[in-house]
Order: sequence, then C-alpha cells, then structure tokens
Amino acid sequence: MMSRLASPRCGGLLALVAVIAALPLVLSNNYFYEVAILVGLNAIVCVGLNLLIGYAGQISLGHAGFFGLGAYGSAILSARFDWPPLAALAVATIAVALLAYVIGRPILRLRGHYLAMATLGMGVIVSIVAATEDRWTGGPDGMPVPPFKLFGGTLSGEGAWYCVVGSLLVVAVWLTLNLIESPTGRALRALSGSEVAAEVSGIDSARHKVLVFVISAVFASVAGSLFAHYSGFITPSKLTFLHSIELVTMVVFGGMASTYGAVVGAAVLTTLPQLLTVFKDYEMVALGAIMMGTMIFMPKGLVPSIGGLVGTAAGAARARKAVR
Amino acid sequence: MKRMGIATTVGRGLFASMLAGFLGAGIATAQEPVRVGAFLSVTGPAAFLGDPEQKTLELYVEKLNAAGGVLGRKLQLVAYDSAGDAEKARTFARRLIEQDKVDVIVGGSTTGETMAVVPLVEQAGVPFISLAGAVVIIEPVKKWVFKTPHTDRMACEKIFLDMRSRGVGKIALISGAGGFDKSMRAECLKVAAQNKIDIVADETYGAGDADMTAQLTKIRTTPGVQAVLNAGFGQGPAIVTKNFRQIGMTVPLYQSHGVASKEYVKLSGEAAEGVRLPAAALLVAESLADSDPQKKVVVGYKREYEGRFKSEVSTFGGHAYDGLMLAVEAMKRAGSTDKAKVRDALEATHSYMGTAGAVNMSSQDHMGLDLTAFRMLEVRNGDWTLVK
Amino acid sequence: MSAQLAQYLLSGVTIGAIYALVALGFSIIFNASHVINFAQGEFVMIGGMTTVSLTGTGLPVPAAMAAAVLVAALVGLALEKFAVEPARGAPVVTLIIITIGASILLRGLATLVWDKKLHTIAPFSGSTPIEIAGAALLPQSLWVLGVTLAIVLALSWFFGRTLLGKAMLATSNQRVAAQLVGINVRRVLLISFGLSGALGAVAGILITPITLTAWDVGIMLGLKGFAAAVLGGLGSGPGAVLGGLVLGIAETLSAGYLSSAYKDVIAFVLMLAVLFFRPTGILGSRAAERV
Repeated sequence: MMSRLASPRCGGLLALVAVIAALPLVLSNNYFYEVAILVGLNAIVCVGLNLLIGYAGQISLGHAGFFGLGAYGSAILSARFDWPPLAALAVATIAVALLAYVIGRPILRLRGHYLAMATLGMGVIVSIVAATEDRWTGGPDGMPVPPFKLFGGTLSGEGAWYCVVGSLLVVAVWLTLNLIESPTGRALRALSGSEVAAEVSGIDSARHKVLVFVISAVFASVAGSLFAHYSGFITPSKLTFLHSIELVTMVVFGGMASTYGAVVGAAVLTTLPQLLTVFKDYEMVALGAIMMGTMIFMPKGLVPSIGGLVGTAAGAARARKAVR
Repeated sequence: MKRMGIATTVGRGLFASMLAGFLGAGIATAQEPVRVGAFLSVTGPAAFLGDPEQKTLELYVEKLNAAGGVLGRKLQLVAYDSAGDAEKARTFARRLIEQDKVDVIVGGSTTGETMAVVPLVEQAGVPFISLAGAVVIIEPVKKWVFKTPHTDRMACEKIFLDMRSRGVGKIALISGAGGFDKSMRAECLKVAAQNKIDIVADETYGAGDADMTAQLTKIRTTPGVQAVLNAGFGQGPAIVTKNFRQIGMTVPLYQSHGVASKEYVKLSGEAAEGVRLPAAALLVAESLADSDPQKKVVVGYKREYEGRFKSEVSTFGGHAYDGLMLAVEAMKRAGSTDKAKVRDALEATHSYMGTAGAVNMSSQDHMGLDLTAFRMLEVRNGDWTLVK
Repeated sequence: MSAQLAQYLLSGVTIGAIYALVALGFSIIFNASHVINFAQGEFVMIGGMTTVSLTGTGLPVPAAMAAAVLVAALVGLALEKFAVEPARGAPVVTLIIITIGASILLRGLATLVWDKKLHTIAPFSGSTPIEIAGAALLPQSLWVLGVTLAIVLALSWFFGRTLLGKAMLATSNQRVAAQLVGINVRRVLLISFGLSGALGAVAGILITPITLTAWDVGIMLGLKGFAAAVLGGLGSGPGAVLGGLVLGIAETLSAGYLSSAYKDVIAFVLMLAVLFFRPTGILGSRAAERV
C-alpha cells in the first residue's frame, strides 16, 4: 500500500491534486490567481513537451507555434465566424494535430541540431505569418477574443478558470503518466536511449516519434486556446522564438524525463519574471544568468537533482546505520 | 563515476543561494499614499518608447513630491516593464490593480499592450491613461480609458493637408511590419480619399530589415508618384530615408510622428534634409514664438529632462509627462483619489496645456487634441524647423 | 527592368556578405565544438556598439574598431571558458539553452553598458552612391564585399596552410584522434570562439553605416546568419559564404518580385527546404551515420 502511494502515478497524482486544491488558501487576490492560471497553462504545455524532449529524446524550438496556432484558431473561429468556443477549440485542436502529423514525419527524420533548427524555422514562420496576415489575426497589435461560453453559461472569474485549468492539468499529467508506463512509453524510452538499437529490436521509431510530436502539439494547442479565451486578447508575441525557448527552459530546468519536473519547471519560470521585477533594469541579465547557471550547475534539472540529493542523503543514512 | 570536485560543490551552493536570494528579494513590498501605476515597454522592441517614458515619470514624481505631493500626500510610482509584450502587460496591469492597489494607471507604450489591458480596467473601474498611438484606443470611447498622444489618423490628415498645399495629389505609401506601422497605414488608406489624396503604390518592409532599396525601386518605377509617405517607426524609417537618397529619388519624403526625434536626423545623416513630418511642438521648443501658449510647458519639460538625463528629449517622454500631469490635475480638481471622481474630472479636462498641445476632453473625446496640436516640421541643416 | 534587377542583385549581395560573415562564425564554432552558438548575433552587436561608444569618447575611429574586435574576441573566449567548457558532454538541448541564455545575458548587459537607442557609424568613404548598370551602390557596400572576400581568403589560408588552422580542422574531424596526436583540444576550442567573436564584430562594424546598430540587432541577424550556415552546409566555410550570398539575393529578389511583407520568411523557408531535402546543405558532404 505504501509503495503504491510512493509511485508517481498514484502518490504523485494525489499530491498534485492536494496542492491544486489547497493553493487557493494562499491566493489572496485575482493577481495571484492569474499567475496560478498561467502556471497551469504553461505546465500543460510543458508536460507534453517533456514527453517529446525528455522521454523521446527529441527537441522542439518551435512549440510556441503550436500554442499560438491553438490560440489564434480558437480566436479567429469564435471572434470572426461566431462559432461556439467549445467547437472552435475542438476544430483548432484537430487542425493542429493534423498539421503536426503532416510535418512531423519529414521533420523528425532529422536529428540533434538539425532537428532543433527545423523546429525553430517552423516556429518563426508561423509567428511571422500571424503578425503579417492582419485581416485575420489583427496583425502585431493582436485581436480580442470573446469569453468562453459553455452550455448557456459563461466561464468567467478567476476562481472558475482556476478550477478548469487545474483539472485539465491533473488530466494531462494522468494521461502522460499512463502513456509512459504503456508499451508506447517503453518504446519511447528505448528510442531515446539508442535509436538504432531500438529499431534493431523492432520498434518503428518514426511512428512513435510522430505520435509523441502530435500529442505534445495537442497539449500545446489546447492550452493555447484556453489562454486566448482567458486572456480575452491574443497577440503574436506568444508565438515567438523567445517563448519557445521559455517553454524548453521550463522543461529542462524542471528535469527532463520527469513529468512533475515539467510542472515544477513551469511553476518556477512563470513566477520568476514576477519576482524579478525588483531588479528592473537587470531583469534580462538575471534571466540569462539563471538559464546558463541552471544548465551548467544543475544539468539534470531541479526535480531530479533534488531527488538525487535526497537519495544520497538517505543512502548515506542507511549506510551509517548498516555500519553500526 | 565522476567525483564531485570542491569547485563544483561550491559552484552549486553559490548558485542555489543566489536563486534563493533572488526569490527572497522579490517578495518585499512597501506601503505609500497616492499610487500611480505604470506598465511600460522599457526593454524589448519598443524600448525606444518606454525608456524615456519611465525616466519622465520617475523624474516628475520626484519633483511633485519635492513640491509637497498631491492633496498633501506623497506620490508613489509603481512601474513594471512589459517589454512590448501584451500578455505581460496584462499580468502587470492585473498586479497593479489587485496587488499594488494603484489609484490610476499611466502606461501602455504600445497599442497592443494597451488594448490587452482595456478589459481589465473597464471591469475594475480604474482610470487608465494610455501612451499609445492608435485611434482604436479611444474609438469607440471606453469609460475608463484615455490617451495622451495624437492618433495616427490625425498624423495622416496633417500630412495630407501639407501635401495638398504643395500641389501633391498622387503618393506612394511605404510602411513596416510593426503594430504602429500597420495601424497608421490602415488609417491613411481610410482617410486618403476624403483628403483628395490618391495612393498609387503601397509597399511594406519587415521588422529589422536592413535594406529597402527593392521596395523603393518599385515605387520609383510607378508612374505619377509625386511624394512618398513612410508610415514607420523605429529603425526602418532611417534606413528608408538613406535608401531614398541612395537611389536618387527627389520627390518629397514624409515621415510619421513616430520618428519625431533628433535621433532620426542623426541616424539618417544628410539624407534627412528636406524630410517633413508632423510632431508636437516639443521638438522645436526654443524656436516657438514667445507668444505661443505652448512654449512655457515644452521649454520647461525639455530643460528638466535634458538637464537630468543628458540625452535628447523625446515626444514619447512628453506623452508620459502629459499623462501624469493630467492625472494629477484631475485628482486635484476632484479633491480626492476616488477612482470614479478622478475619472469624471479627467473627462472634464479643459484647456490643459501639455507637451502635445491643448487638451479639451469630453465624454465623447478621451484624447482631447485637435489638428492644431500637431506642427509640421522639416529637417534643415540637420535640425528641426517649423514649416510656416 | 534590368536596372531594377541590378539594384536587387547589388543589395542582395551586400546583405548576403553580412550573412556570410555571421555564418562563418557559426561554422567555425560548430566545427570545433559541435555547439550551435546562438549568441553569434550578439558578437555582431558588440562590434558595432563598442565602436560607437569608443568613438564617442574621442578615440580615433580605426583604433575604436580594432578595440571593438578585440572586445568581441574576449567575450567569445569568456563564453567558451565559463559557459561551454563546464558543460562539455552535455546533451544538445542543454548546450542550446546555455548559448541562448548567454545571448539573453549579453543583450541585457548591452542595455546596461550602453543604452536602448539606435546608433550609427560614419561610412568609411562617404555616402555618394556609385552608378552600376542603372543601380545605385553605396561605397560602404564595396567595403563590405571587399573585406568579406579578404577574410574568406585569409581564413582559407589559415585553415589550409598554418599548423594551428590544420589542428583546428583535425579537431573538428575527429576529436579523439586529434588529442592522440598531441593537439591541445581545449586551446582549439578557445581559439575558435575567439575567432568567431572577432568575425562577428567585423561584420557588425562593416554594416553599421548601412543598417544602424542597437542592443537588439543581434537577434534577427543571428537567426538569418545561421539559416545561411545551414543552407550552405554547417561546418563548411565556403558553404557559409555561399549560403549567405544565396540567402541575401533570394531575400531581395523575393521582396522585389513577390511580396515584401514576407521577406523574412524566405530565410526560414529556404532553410527548411534544405533540411528536408539535403540536410547537410548545398556544399556539405553527405555524412554517413556510424551505427
């Protein structure tokens, strides 16, 4: 029973639910709720991205593009064509999934730096198109997005959004954990260990890589659509290269191949700019220093490093006990 | 297994404590009387706007406090850097309203950031004075949103008037990819016909483009072009100006109010001779006639800013000055910092002389400037001169 | 029509030469360390901005330029020593984030050390355009092309004829074998970063009279420079130059004949096309993968 609680699936998920449920006790005003909601949305994207980067061993420097496609898809369909937001979200998600499938195959044949650059290129192209086609997207100044109407009622107010985003995060984490424990997940881990060896033992690496790519794109797209409705306004700045880098940094900072690491990474790096405002002019310097510092001194990421420290301490304690 | 060297351990420890230090320092807050909130693009692609705006706000909050503050209370400025990002602007605006509990917001360097914040201030009922240019900010009129800069539509109209006075009827338009550029281009296209201007060529360039000779060559080979209007902002217009002379174009070149600064003249070099643009009187403060009602305000602001910061005054800083002073005046007239009363007082602003011009607001007009607030300037001998 | 074409080609070649210099910087670093240096664009920015501020303090222009190149080279050395070396052997993602973090840090430092405004340097030999085939060429463009050519020739001499250059090539081909024959790989890495820094700075100084400089010019130039490097073949010197020129001309031609709004997209579309159909680039050799 205790070992089941300690496992990532049961124990971890329960802990996550507990944190999400208890957090409102410390959130004293709408500003804190907003930050929490943004953390949640980023966490959903990062959990999916972590599947791609951490478990499948690929890279994507263009994931803000999928986020933005979901956001603009929902925005354009619901604002310019008066579609119900839920339908817009569904259609946008399906469209993004198809797009990810179509470009996934050629792009994922590339490896390492070439893959990084290809995804970067795709992301930049999407952001330039969004900024240029102002008839649809409102251009660089962006466009307003109608609120999320659902079955006759409107989803409004930070409390309601917090519940929605929180629940979706739990669902996303649960789905991811299940995927990792499934045969597909094991195939992915074999892939990231050695692609050649995996293929030799019969795993269709291309199919699995594309599958993970599509899943991570879908997570990003859904988060993007929700963000558009929550924010009430969307601009191309959420699709830029810089935002893609922020997402990758969250995943790597939190810990690659650690789903909860992705959540922690998203939490820390989303709240960090809010804390760094104290530094005003030094904010960029601080951000760059943190990115570099984390990668140099804690390359495995926050959660695995802390887990490692705890593990070393526990091991040392056990060793001392054994010696006596 | 690698043994952890002492250096690596120390490095990790130092780094961890640095992180803890950052996080700890960020939590401190302070309590103070009249709070003016601001979110400005101090860094990022619109730093050109936000930097002088922030400097101006800091300078004048200090001066106002030295003179006794407002309503007997000190002013406190809470300013955040939204880096030109609309989502960041929204979160900071939320923070200003909910966490810092400001009485009024002066900010929003770009239109995108301003528009993203509009739903927030409308819902929370906080007076918001925007420093951005597009006409969409105040049209349709929103209860709590005001703005100090001239609109891009006014700039188009002023330019078209000047063109007509020189006998120009057919023009070419060239603009960049930024929000300012696109908005002004759209407005110029809209009001061209009623100002009897025919736009026969419409070229664009990208952000950060280094060379516009391709687009200008296309314009040069379009028949009938009598003048060129560059609805641009930032780096692009200086390059357009240099390319313009480089390929030997001699028709009049007009720029937008977005490059109304000495910097533009310096960057374009000799190519800027003869270029005209509409701008606030701030740029030619000293050469205004002594009887000009605006002279005292603009000369005063110019001296203070240049004296303190040792750099050229900019019209964007002037907009921030106007925004702060309008808010302070409104508070004085309302006799309190109650948000609804200040809002009503703002709407009743009458004959207030700012760096942008005479401000007369109403319930239908939350900007209060008219075309006389814009002066037509021309570059002569490397400096701005008033076109009579 | 042909005067228009001549104008497009001349502008394209000028901007292409700048992309070539940036791409060369990428290739040199990639060759030595297999790291994509996302901070390459910042070297360009440092070259321009340092020259502007040093000239402002009264230093004669040539001395300011030399000092700027030196500063950029030192920054490159520092980057290698403090950011790349400690992370040697880390996965690709980690190295990418480190250099991106470095570029953000450098931009932040630039806003503190200098300011956020645009600046320019006086053109080296005046700004009277030269008429060629009906198109107007700025004298500065000739400087850009001339210096780029000189640098390419100097580099090919360096890599082909000098011991140090050959040592750098050997390291990029097979690091372990190079170490076995006594090449100090750490020194080679340091030098390659310093050299790339210097190259970037030269590019920055050359084009500032044409395109101005500011704290953030490095972003787009860096991205386009490395699209050019990929186009020509990552790690290939002649490839970098060819990629830069092809990219520059493709940009101006598409701006002139197709749509000027999507000019920036050309670079990335070309890069993607190359990556999909011939990942090693136009001049890169087809790499065989070792199993």
